[in-house]
Amino acid sequence: MDKKTFRRILSLIKPYRHYFILSIIFAAVSVGLTLYAPVLIGEGVDLIVGPGQVDFAGLVSLSAKLALVVAATSLAQWLMNLCNNRMTYCAVRDVRTQAFAHLQELPLQYIDGHPYGEVISRVVTDVDQFSDGLLMGFSQLFTGVITILGTLCFMLGIDGKITLVVVCITPVSLFVAAFIAKRTFSMFRLQSSTRAEMTALVEEMVGNQKVVQAFSYEQKAEQRFSEINRRLRDCSLKATFFSSITNPSTRFVNGLVYTGVGIFGAIAAIRGAISVGQLSCFLSYANQYTKPFNEISGVITELQNAFACAARVFELLDEPQQEPDAPDALRLTDDQITGEVQIEHVDFSYVPQTPLIRDFSLHVRPGERVAIVGPTGCGKTTLINLLMRFYDVQSGQIRVSGVPADRITRDSLRAGYGMVLQDTWLKAGTIAENIAYGKPDATRDEIERAAKAAYAHGFIRRMPQGYDTVIGEAGGNLSQGQRQLLCIARAMLLLPPMLILDEATSSIDTRTEIRIQQAFDRMMQGRTSFIVAHRLSTIRGADIILAMQDGRIVEQGSHEELLQKNGFYAGLYNSQWEIQGGSV
Amino acid sequence: MRKLIRYLRHYKKEAVIGPLFKLLEASFELLVPLVMAGIVDRGIRKGDTAYILAMGALMVGLGLLGLACSLTAQYFAAKAAVGFGTELREDMFAHINSLSYTELDEIGTSTLVTRITSDINQAQAGVNLVLRLFLRSPFIVAGAVVMAFSINVRLAWIFVVLVPLLSLIIYLIMRLTIPIYRQVQNRLDKVLLSTRENLAGVRVIRAFSRQRAEKKEFDAQSAILMETQLRVGRISALMNPATYAVVNAAIILVLWQGGAKVDGGIITQGQLMALINYMSQILLALVALANLIVTFTRASASAIRINEVFARKSTIREPGAAQNTEAPHTGTVRNTETPRTGATQNTETLPIDIEQNTKVPHTDAAQNAEASHTDATRNTEAPHIAKRETNAVEFDHVYFAYQGHRDALEDITFSVKRGETLGIIGGTGSGKSSLVNLISRFYDVREGCVRVDGTDVRDYRFADLRGGIGVVPQAAVLFAGTLRDNMRWGKPEATDEEIYRALEIAQARDFVRAMPEGLDARVAQGGRNFSGGQRQRLTIARALVGDPRILILDDSASALDYATDARLRRAIAKYTRQMTVFLVSQRAAAVRSADRILVLDDGGTAGFGTHAQLMETCAVYREICLSQLDRREEGSHG
Repeated sequence: MDKKTFRRILSLIKPYRHYFILSIIFAAVSVGLTLYAPVLIGEGVDLIVGPGQVDFAGLVSLSAKLALVVAATSLAQWLMNLCNNRMTYCAVRDVRTQAFAHLQELPLQYIDGHPYGEVISRVVTDVDQFSDGLLMGFSQLFTGVITILGTLCFMLGIDGKITLVVVCITPVSLFVAAFIAKRTFSMFRLQSSTRAEMTALVEEMVGNQKVVQAFSYEQKAEQRFSEINRRLRDCSLKATFFSSITNPSTRFVNGLVYTGVGIFGAIAAIRGAISVGQLSCFLSYANQYTKPFNEISGVITELQNAFACAARVFELLDEPQQEPDAPDALRLTDDQITGEVQIEHVDFSYVPQTPLIRDFSLHVRPGERVAIVGPTGCGKTTLINLLMRFYDVQSGQIRVSGVPADRITRDSLRAGYGMVLQDTWLKAGTIAENIAYGKPDATRDEIERAAKAAYAHGFIRRMPQGYDTVIGEAGGNLSQGQRQLLCIARAMLLLPPMLILDEATSSIDTRTEIRIQQAFDRMMQGRTSFIVAHRLSTIRGADIILAMQDGRIVEQGSHEELLQKNGFYAGLYNSQWEIQGGSV
Repeated sequence: MRKLIRYLRHYKKEAVIGPLFKLLEASFELLVPLVMAGIVDRGIRKGDTAYILAMGALMVGLGLLGLACSLTAQYFAAKAAVGFGTELREDMFAHINSLSYTELDEIGTSTLVTRITSDINQAQAGVNLVLRLFLRSPFIVAGAVVMAFSINVRLAWIFVVLVPLLSLIIYLIMRLTIPIYRQVQNRLDKVLLSTRENLAGVRVIRAFSRQRAEKKEFDAQSAILMETQLRVGRISALMNPATYAVVNAAIILVLWQGGAKVDGGIITQGQLMALINYMSQILLALVALANLIVTFTRASASAIRINEVFARKSTIREPGAAQNTEAPHTGTVRNTETPRTGATQNTETLPIDIEQNTKVPHTDAAQNAEASHTDATRNTEAPHIAKRETNAVEFDHVYFAYQGHRDALEDITFSVKRGETLGIIGGTGSGKSSLVNLISRFYDVREGCVRVDGTDVRDYRFADLRGGIGVVPQAAVLFAGTLRDNMRWGKPEATDEEIYRALEIAQARDFVRAMPEGLDARVAQGGRNFSGGQRQRLTIARALVGDPRILILDDSASALDYATDARLRRAIAKYTRQMTVFLVSQRAAAVRSADRILVLDDGGTAGFGTHAQLMETCAVYREICLSQLDRREEGSHG
């Protein structure tokens, strides 16, 4: 257990320290009273010495006292538990929301580069395990520690020598526990990482179950699963077994303590140093004193698991965030955006080994349309990543309305663009909510207008609940084309001064496509637009065509200019021509 | 939980030995208060130090025995529990693999992921605890009661009342908490869903600057989760205090009643102490039990969720292994069932009036590229070829509906000959994907019949049917691993040469070659380190590697530009002469060179024939085409 993790966990609890303090107070009360009860019971035993030697009157007042003590103990215990619950669950909720919030600030590089399963396992599973461990830790650690201290005092109050016996034997159980705990920590870590590996595989294979079945890959998937599963079995067995030896071992030490107290106490009783009632009380203390050691070692294994999980969550939280907006960064408003975009000597690559975009410059005047064409994989989407600042350029700069993009707040920069991507992501929720995603306070009228403009109104109206139809996980009950229409409607609603359209209509049927094209044309009127284009009419209507290959701008110019040049674009165009023209 | 117990079947020995040794250990523990009572009554009263020491040694001996038993128990319990989890996980994974698309649509895959991971972990922890401690606690309780009876029957009644009372308290608390624990798990599921959704939509979320709103929503969900946890916590926190109070009340009773008995000389002071000790043991055992119950309730809530998955049986059944041991797609023409010979069949299966003689059956794949030019020549050879050809795929009055929806496909009848390319075109939601999904039998028809190589798809073993079909799904998904791993999905033993050939057809060879690691290049989960277009071409190559008899391209060139798309189609036509190709597309240009084209409109057939025929006879097709041609013409005149 490293100190850094521990300190961070403490800082998580800090906001709930009043519960922490209350919890300790209730723990002290409940432990104190719990320890007082055996004293009373011991006194009771001493009132019942033998035939004819029973003090009934004493028993009455003693019973009343005992009943009161017990009632108070129970209440204190319950309140302590409530405090612990609240403290733990609040702290855990905090760390969960922190982790999620952190995700929002992570550079896309991290999210693109890590399996969802792994990230999810940190935000959900690890946090959950952490909460279990923490709760157990709280509810048993305090009472444990207080019980140890309390019993020591009470025992010392009765007889010093016997107490000494107890104190000498118990540390053995601590050593045993510490030894085992050390060994098990690495096993828990291994178990945790193997589980993560399994979650990632399951995410893939179960998440894409349809593809798995299409390729009859089931058996192979099962083999791969089995392999991880076997490893998990082996490391789980070790982790489970070694962590579970702690209990019996410490219990054995406790037995030794109990025996020691029994022997020394009995001998002391013979000498008349203590009464039988006191011996009974002592024995019960010996039990109570050692029990926390017992529990603490169990708690420690649980806490270790929790720590290992917390460490993984913290790892996520420690991932460097994207560079925050400069404090003096400009908030561009719509009227400040002229639509001018200057890309100046930009270099960019996802991985340092393979430079993708090299020394790229482009000047787009307000209202111009830029069509990006080229063979697939030539870096067209990369350009979008850079314009939207999903990724930052490595050198050179992009100016928007004359301002360098890194001097503009990301939010206001992105708000300047309307974006329709080929990946048709929709949120679980109603159709209306999805269309109004960029402007949650949009009126139903605005939503319908946007839907009509995107030619989505028709199919939405035919849905069972119209605009209030709930679309499920990943928009399950909509066709790809319908999803795309909704994405377009989503962009339509805001209609910012600049547009980024990434093969937006590729899976919409041609009849609708035409109308969308018209809508797009209207939308692009007077707006600077970047279009990853396939359609000839779009390409032809563009002011600037960027013909890209291998991340470089091979050619740049208008349709006519490029055709005259008879270079790369002309070749591309003619190959298309050949297909589309045919012999009809 | 009960239903899952069968997963312990290979660990019967461990599952018995574990608890058994635990009970043995508990028995030793139960003897201790009696030994102590002896020390008080014989040792202290008579001042017998030797006896005290002997009893002390006995207690140490009992402790050692207990330790040995306990270690044995822990080991076997851990082994059984871990084995249980391992087998359960394996089985569940296999079960998920056996579910059909219908069930997957309905359950949703994200909840399956939690169930196979965290739910099984919970269940495993539950089994471990049950084996180790669940028997132990009741055993100690029962043992303590028996011991009480052995001391004094008249005092033992307190125990007889106490134990059911405690059990009732524990039962009630469990009754109240189990449903709430289930709720907690469901809320946790929601949190997981949001996280995944957020990761998947990260670009859109940031584009709309909605991070704050997303956070707020997530916070709200976390808060609901927390509320539920607190609610269940309040109730289960009652467990310890309530049992403590009841047990101590019982001790007071023992003092009272015992006092009278000691006064009457019926029991000794040492025996009274032993009784009180047994009370404490009961309490300790029950406290342990109460703590376990929390884990156990979670485990049983998880068990229910696990069983829910197992309860979902695939609605699509694989026929018995006896049938089709001889794979129908081995390349030879199946003659088991040739109801109609090629030429006549076409007339019968034609859903609409198209002149029969223009029908284009199988042609040399090389010709496909310039298909439309050669209509006339091909007509003459058609019957001749058809004679020796069975239809690769036939749809015979097929009706299909998704669970609980109206028909997505209505009365579809057509056939495709081996080596032919069928273009399928139609509007959004017209049923194109549904139609091709029926060929691989991802869904079952509601009525009618789909035949592959003359045999009903329902008569094939899945692996036989699907092994012969290369599917390129709409969503271009790759899997974590190397490119080579991905390419070998359909054919695990494929050589690099085969893979490169497939990559070449799929127009992916160049960029793969350009990568320094070539086929060893790492693919991130989902293939996110490749662009959409690259991914699509890789998924096409993946489908081609197995050299399937039937290739289904489900709108899988949507991210490709026209030039690449065209080269791809030409390459497929050129290199895959024997392959029957289904080409689903929104683009008229993509399907127009297909041998025949099926036009779907709102789940029904709107037309079937060659491009030229459809231009004349099919209004829907003409509309689609003209809209595209318009633009082309516009381009050509520019």
